[in-house]
This record gives sequence, structure tokens and C-alpha cells, in this order.
Amino acid sequence: MDLGPLPQLVVSGILTGLLFALISVGLTLIFGVMDVVNFAHGEFLMLAMYLTFGLALVGLNPIFALPFVALAAFVLGAIVYRLLIRRLLDGPPSTVVFGTFGLLVFLQGAAQYFFTSDYRSVPNPPFQGTLHLGNVALGEAQLIAGLGALVMTALVFAFVEFTEPGRALRALSEDRVAAQLMGIDVQRMNALAFGLGTACVGAAGALLMLTYPAFPRVGTEFALTAFVVVALGGFGSVQGALLGAILVGLVEVLGGFYISPALKLIPVYALYLVVVLLRPQGLLGRR
Amino acid sequence: MTILEIRDLEVDYDGVRALQGVSLRAERGTITTLVGANGAGKTTLLRAISGIVRPQSGSITFAGRQIEREQPHAIVRGGIAHVPEGRRVFATATVRDNLLLGAYVLRDRAERERRLEVVLAMFPRLRERFQQRASTLSGGEAQMLAIARGTMSAPTLLMLDEPSLGIAPNLIPTIYAGIRRIAETGTTVLLVEQNVRDALQLADRAYVLQTGRVVIEGKAKDLLGDPMVQKAFLGL
Ligand SMILES: Nc1ncnc2c1ncn2[C@@H]1O[C@H](COP(=O)(O)OP(=O)(O)OP(=O)(O)O)[C@@H](O)[C@H]1O
Ligand SMILES: [Mg+2]
Repeated sequence: MDLGPLPQLVVSGILTGLLFALISVGLTLIFGVMDVVNFAHGEFLMLAMYLTFGLALVGLNPIFALPFVALAAFVLGAIVYRLLIRRLLDGPPSTVVFGTFGLLVFLQGAAQYFFTSDYRSVPNPPFQGTLHLGNVALGEAQLIAGLGALVMTALVFAFVEFTEPGRALRALSEDRVAAQLMGIDVQRMNALAFGLGTACVGAAGALLMLTYPAFPRVGTEFALTAFVVVALGGFGSVQGALLGAILVGLVEVLGGFYISPALKLIPVYALYLVVVLLRPQGLLGRR
Repeated sequence: MTILEIRDLEVDYDGVRALQGVSLRAERGTITTLVGANGAGKTTLLRAISGIVRPQSGSITFAGRQIEREQPHAIVRGGIAHVPEGRRVFATATVRDNLLLGAYVLRDRAERERRLEVVLAMFPRLRERFQQRASTLSGGEAQMLAIARGTMSAPTLLMLDEPSLGIAPNLIPTIYAGIRRIAETGTTVLLVEQNVRDALQLADRAYVLQTGRVVIEGKAKDLLGDPMVQKAFLGL
């Protein structure tokens, strides 16, 4: 039986989904621990991409830049939490919405000003070969980006599931007051979660630069998808984010091919609407 | 020796006074019980001691230090554990993870393992359920877990908020035997109850709270014989 381009599309959809997963896991981690929907999540991705671009200009392969970019993003996230988010949390819930949205506008505007709206791609990009598996042709860069995202997502998952700070993060996301009664320092753990969530987009930004250009609005594009993924998978659920991301990746790639590249997001939102109508808590969400 | 001393504590919720000048003391190594009707302010008092709610005025002195402005996590570190009303175990976490979270303030891994053995010996039922999610436990088992979790940090003061609430009556003696054994190890216990008879029989001292005020205090045994207590709480 000839499946035509289907196997190719499925592999490509999964690889795309893995990058969405890494971005979404960061978003869902922050939401799960402190109930903050970080509208500026995509802008941190954008900054990570520019940082990776800058490091590439001095000759660093994005893959080697990744640990450094992720670490820088972690520190940035923790600082933003301490300086901004923590204060926003003292206000009514809408304060956080407007606050992180304001951060989005600010960071995007700053990027426009300092970096202009030009598209910036890594010069002499690495991994330009193509792998042939049967009749599936895979760009090495896409494969490495997808697998790298899978590894990073697995690391975050392992941290949350199997370490002591991870246990504290899970406790906080389940019952903040009970967690405080265990002696968990909420402010410290929130800063950790915000740092980790931002480190996820830091790593994703480095990986994305293998196949994608940086520009000031790049974050919005991916963050929007991440919001769909997180709502689809269930707010606060890491496994849900992984599942949702792969679904969205598949639907986007298949939709882009069989319908039209320009309309690729329509089936994604259709899927999203169906899921939230039938299962408002998302696929793996609680309640 | 007095380990906990509360003076003239006042707590408001959005302008509505829940505690109106409560004073209370607990002696080291004893069981103090706080009884009273629904809405009397028992839970509020425990929450104020834990730092979950901030008092408007008054002081809370624990082991010689004033703690009424401290953060909850610092208070736990200082040696106070609070087993909250409604248990609030972490439902999606295993029994084991719940217990380890109880020992969160203990930095030493070997010490945590040792505490684990101590509390599992106290509540053997939890050993059988060790790897199960807490959501699969019965109400009584969940209460045992909540108490065990509270003792994991080897607290100086253990506060229990209605540990017999919603528990099958045949399990209440097990719960109470556990509390007694914890007290016998030298832990000071502050027990909030509506199950007044059992609480008064177990405790050394007792306070009766009514609409945010202490209306009776004394030896628990004396309160068992107090006509007002008998009439209001013991159905005599
Ligand atoms: N979070 C809150 N917001 C507003 N009012 C509250 C809150 N918690 C308690 N109250 C009020 O404070 C008063 C004391 O409540 P508290 O829960 O301390 O009583 P309690 O003695 O523990 O009662 P119960 O036996 O029902 O548990 C009550 O009038 C209650 O309605
Ligand atoms: Mg109560």
C-alpha cells in the first residue's frame, strides 16, 4: 500500500510537536505552581532565540549554546519573578494578566527597537544533511531539534517527578496552603518554577534556531500554539502538555499539507474547540 | 515550662472579627485541647499560629520567640506542625511522597528515613499503602496519613484540627491511640475537637472557645465535670 506523503508528514508533525511540548511544559509548570498564565512566555522564547543568534555570530553552534541559553533563561525567569510577578500576585487576579501582557508588549517593543523586525537566521547553520528512512526524508536539523526538545522535556519531567524540589513543586500545585504547612517556602518555589518554565523556552529557543529565524514577533506565534496545547492537555499537567503538543504538531502539519499552509491553524483550533467543549478540563487535566 | 503562649490574639477576616482577644498557654510535653461549636474560631487560632492568617493584634510566643509575624515555612522550621482541618493530604501523590513532604524541613536524608520508620511503626496501615496514591485511601487512613505526615518533621508542637471529623467511629480509637503515643514521645500537642468527650479524656488542659473568646479553661478532667460543658457539649 502506498501511503503517499503520510509517513513523512506524521514524522514531521511529531518532531514539530516535540518542540511545542517543551514550550508548553514551561507554560504549564508556571501555571500549575502559581496559577499564573504568563502571556510573556513567547517573548522569553524570542529573547532566547536572539541570544542563540548572537552566540552563533561568535561561532557557537546552537546545540552547544543550549545549556548556556537555558541557564540564562532560568536566571532571567527567576529575576522577573522576584521583581515583577511576585508583586503582581499581591493584587487581584486580573493584575497578573495585565502585568504579564504588559511585559509581552514591552519585550516585543524593545526587540523591535534594538533588533529591528528583520528575520535573523544562524549563519552557516549546522546539520544541513538529510536522512532517508525508507521513503521518509528528514532534515538533520529538524530531527535534532525535535529529539533535543524530547530530551529536555524528559529532563524537566524527571525533575518534577523524582527530585525533592520537584516533589515540593507538585505539592504546591496541588494545595498551596497544605504545602506551606509542610514548611515549603512558596516564594522560593515560585521563583524556581518561573525560572524552570523560562528555561524550557530558553532551551526551545536554542533548538528552534536550527530551523527557524528569530524576529520580534516570533514568540507570539509559538506562544499562541502553546496556549492551545496547555488548554488541550489540561492546565498544569505536564503529561497533558506532551500529549497535546504532539496532537497539535500532527494536526498542524497534516492540515498544512492537506488543506493549505496558510490555513494550518484552523484544524488546530477546531480540535481545541472540540476538546474544550467535550472536556473543559483538557485531556489530562484534573477536575 | 510554657512552650506556647498566646496573648490577646485578634484575627479579622475582611473586617469581621473571628478571634476577639484569645489568650492561651500550653506546657511542654502536655496535651492541650481547644473545643467549641462550629464557627467558634478554633481553626482560625491554629491558622494564626501557623502563619497562614495574620493577626490584627496580640502575640504568639513559641519556645521563647515571638512568631506572629513570621512566614509559615519559617514557623514549621521552628518546630510547629499543623495537621489541618479536612486532612488536606496531597491526593495525587503517594503515601510515601506525602510522608516525605512532611519531613521537608529535615535536611538530612538519613534522618528522614529514620522518621519514616518511626511513623510507619505508629501507623502500620500506612506501610501497607506505602506506594498507593493518597486519593485511594479511606477517610480514616487519610487522617492517619495526615497525622503521620505532621509528625514526620519531629515537631516540638503538633497541632491537630478535628482529627476525628468524618472518620468511621471504629477508627477513632486508633487515631486517638496514635495521638497519645505521639504525646508520650514528648511532643506537645494542641488538639482542636468537636468530639469533646474523647478530647477531654485525652487532654491535660482544656479551653472552651465561643464566638472568638475563651469562655472556660482548666484541667481537662475538671471540664468533664463542669455543668456548662456537660450541657453544651456532652449532651448531659
Ligand atoms: N476564610 C475565611 N473568610 C471569612 N471568614 C472566615 C474564614 N474562615 C473562617 N471564617 C469565619 O471565622 C469564624 C471562625 O471560623 P473557624 O473556621 O475558625 O471556626 P471553627 O471553630 O474552626 O469552626 P468549625 O468547628 O466549623 O471548624 C466563623 O465565623 C467563620 O465563618
Ligand atoms: Mg474548624
